[in-house]
Amino acid sequence: MMELLLDRYIYVLVLVLLAIGLYGVLVKGDLVKKVIGLTIFSTAIYLFFIEGSLQEGGTAPVLMPDPENPGEFLNDPLLYVDPLPHLLILTAIVVGVGVVGVALALLVRLYRTHGTLDEAVIADRLAGKAPDIPAADERRDAFDVEDAGDGDA
Amino acid sequence: MMMLLPLLFGAVIAVLAGLWRSAAAQVVAVITTASALVASVIGLVTVVADGPISYELGGWPPPIGIEYVLDPLSAYLAVIIALIGLLVTIYPVEAAFDLRPRKGVPLYPLVLLLLTGLMGVVLSGDLFHLFVFLEIYAISTYGLVSLGGDRGVFAALRYLLLGTIGSGLYLLGVGFLYFSTGTLNMADMATQLPAIADSPTVLGAMALIVIGLALKMALFPLHVWLPDAHSYSPPGVAALLAAVQVKAGAYGLIRILFDVFGPAYTGEGLPVSVALTYFGLAGIVVGSVLAIRQTDIKRMLAYSTVAQLGYIGVGIGLATPLALVGALLHVLNHAVMKSGLFLVAGGIIQRTGLKSIPRFSGLGMRMPLTMTGFAIMGLSMAGVPPTAGFFSKFYLVWGAIELGNWLVAIVVVSSSLLTVVYFLRLFERIFVAEPTEELVADATEPSPRVVGTVAVLAASVLAIGLFNVVIVREILMPIAERMLG
Repeated sequence: MMELLLDRYIYVLVLVLLAIGLYGVLVKGDLVKKVIGLTIFSTAIYLFFIEGSLQEGGTAPVLMPDPENPGEFLNDPLLYVDPLPHLLILTAIVVGVGVVGVALALLVRLYRTHGTLDEAVIADRLAGKAPDIPAADERRDAFDVEDAGDGDA
Repeated sequence: MMMLLPLLFGAVIAVLAGLWRSAAAQVVAVITTASALVASVIGLVTVVADGPISYELGGWPPPIGIEYVLDPLSAYLAVIIALIGLLVTIYPVEAAFDLRPRKGVPLYPLVLLLLTGLMGVVLSGDLFHLFVFLEIYAISTYGLVSLGGDRGVFAALRYLLLGTIGSGLYLLGVGFLYFSTGTLNMADMATQLPAIADSPTVLGAMALIVIGLALKMALFPLHVWLPDAHSYSPPGVAALLAAVQVKAGAYGLIRILFDVFGPAYTGEGLPVSVALTYFGLAGIVVGSVLAIRQTDIKRMLAYSTVAQLGYIGVGIGLATPLALVGALLHVLNHAVMKSGLFLVAGGIIQRTGLKSIPRFSGLGMRMPLTMTGFAIMGLSMAGVPPTAGFFSKFYLVWGAIELGNWLVAIVVVSSSLLTVVYFLRLFERIFVAEPTEELVADATEPSPRVVGTVAVLAASVLAIGLFNVVIVREILMPIAERMLG
């Protein structure tokens, strides 16, 4: 059991990070902390992919010339690190940056109208439970702020 | 590919056009969605006659390179996406987005980006590529939902948090699959999976992908983001979201469960099909009951979307050809009905500013054409015979009876009664009650473009109902039989 754990410690780390991220998104009351939780959650997924591509003793995925047969190449896949997960994760990171960008733009909008980022307070206000509801027309004034994040998809 | 390009280019051109004149962006959007519709109808006819078309992106052959596949299922969904996209872009901008955009505000580019993402999801033959398109449409959705004012922004943020977790889980599942098969191409993976169908990695991947996509599709109990996002976003956006956006998740489930997992899904490993069936049933009941309790018309329609997605979940879960036909037909029916209902709501809001159902008294007299369309779509939602909504439920019930699953049959039939309850309440207000509000007494028919789009949708509800046999026999039954063959 212990050996399995030490052997696969990276998966345990990924699981722990996933759990921390989910906890942040679902339990924390502060919206910024939720976004941070989201980032931790996606980082755990990136880590999982990178770990999966690992090849003990492997090298960069560029075909090496075979020292014994000039003109031939070493095409044993065990010699190279799998490049595809790296590629996928680069794409996923770009996508993730886009999502976080949109999230931050929305947070800016919320903070400008409410002056707070506490989810419960904002939800109460929108439900009409708190007295100081901001004027309904403010959306048109703040309209040009929110599109900051749409260019990154 | 020829369907994806016009939308993508359209999105770029519409940004430029919007910088020049805000009206020009809409013209560009209408032209691009119309050409996408033409291309996807041609595509559908071709693939139904000649079999699937595959396109190698960048010239790399499929298992290595990214592949776009147009088979009857993706062509069928592409037609739905392009049709609804066209109607929403034709719909007048003030009514669709509840505001008049300033110069340079990229409204239509966002809509086109959303449609591009959806189109990409249905065309992609590669699991990771599907994830990228999931995120493209999701990001544009967050932007569009946030147009709905203060509440819209909050709803968009909540949706963003859950939606990103959903696609993250999907990506994790794809990672499991990649590391156990070494491929991302759907067709290639489908040939390799049967040999390792029982391994814990594959079952874990299936669980993660199903949870992730169910979150995207808002299948009960993962629907919590939907009512807020759909009721606070502008009516045109809500129409797009309810009609086609949540269907991308449903498409992903159908494609991956039946085409990629195949035997692993229908086999013994994990009770995924049972879970989908019963969560779908629970969604039907909970969604309908909550819809009855709402007084805001858009919120009522949003909860009814939760219920209608339950039917699709049940159809996927039962996994017989008839039930799958029911689910696929319901994807089309619900797209047409729900976008129509949201667009009518948009027309009402544009003319009177009213959202609360008790204040609708007497609208039927003031807006006879729009309200007739509303009534047709409402009857279809409730599943009254010759309308479209009846037939998808009919196939579902038939599929359930064939399996001897009486619980499903009973819940599906009796849930129609719940739907009748919430629409009858509306009809009574609209057609029978006398006008009580001045706003209603002064209301007139919305602009011709609103009436026109609603009329097209209402007519297609009737047409789909009358000609459903043709759709089912020519397109859906072959799809279902091939997938479950």
